[in-house]
Amino acid sequence: MSGTPVSSMLLMLVASLIGSSGAVLLKLGAMELNKGFWHILNIKLAAGVAVYLVSWYFFVLGIRHGELSVLYPMVSLGYIWTLLWARMFFKEALTREKFAGLALILLGVFFVGLGSK
Amino acid sequence: MNSPAANLTSETDGVHRRPVLLVFGCTVLGAAAQIFMKFGANRLAHPGLIGMATNLPLLSGLVLYGLSTVLLVLALKDGELSLLYPVIALTYVWVTLLSLVLLHDQPNPYKLAGIAIIVIGVSVLGRGGKR
Repeated sequence: MSGTPVSSMLLMLVASLIGSSGAVLLKLGAMELNKGFWHILNIKLAAGVAVYLVSWYFFVLGIRHGELSVLYPMVSLGYIWTLLWARMFFKEALTREKFAGLALILLGVFFVGLGSK
Repeated sequence: MNSPAANLTSETDGVHRRPVLLVFGCTVLGAAAQIFMKFGANRLAHPGLIGMATNLPLLSGLVLYGLSTVLLVLALKDGELSLLYPVIALTYVWVTLLSLVLLHDQPNPYKLAGIAIIVIGVSVLGRGGKR
């Protein structure tokens, strides 16, 4: 923990928040594909990808310094935000299996981080 | 039995499995992207857009990310965001395995336990979709 600057953690937190909003835009854009494959060129998907690029920029800056055991699990915080947005924007059901699965995934990512230098 | 109800069940099964398979492909490409980006980030002397834009491994990783994003979008067309998005964590599993082989990372108990737990988590999650 001591080897990880707070600034890196903040960068990862920002990256996870921005990335999760990108996921919402991707879902919105993906729904346009029901009109046909070439509707893949739509403004929502373009915005989603742009948002991902911004998130990627913060990610690369954040991962340069500090311990991956701390930084990796922080990226997967994005999964939690995305679950909330999916409930808010798309009225998706939050089932027990989704929470349990997500909790296990976060635990697993934490362990992967622990094992990374 | 050829009742309409039985047909409906098998059809919806097919519809629900396809997005999961697409996300599966998305994680494999995403893992390859991360391996390239790891190479790129390691030799990023000066952070900044110009440094990143002229870094070939980073750019290759970005292209692979683009392809994996297309698969994710095709998955999201029919699937639930709250179900599919966490499945992307499988990327960690492939990255860990690829790192063992390509980057000659030492296997260690934490990583192996971690990827096992992620796999279990994804399979638990897979049972949580709308029926």
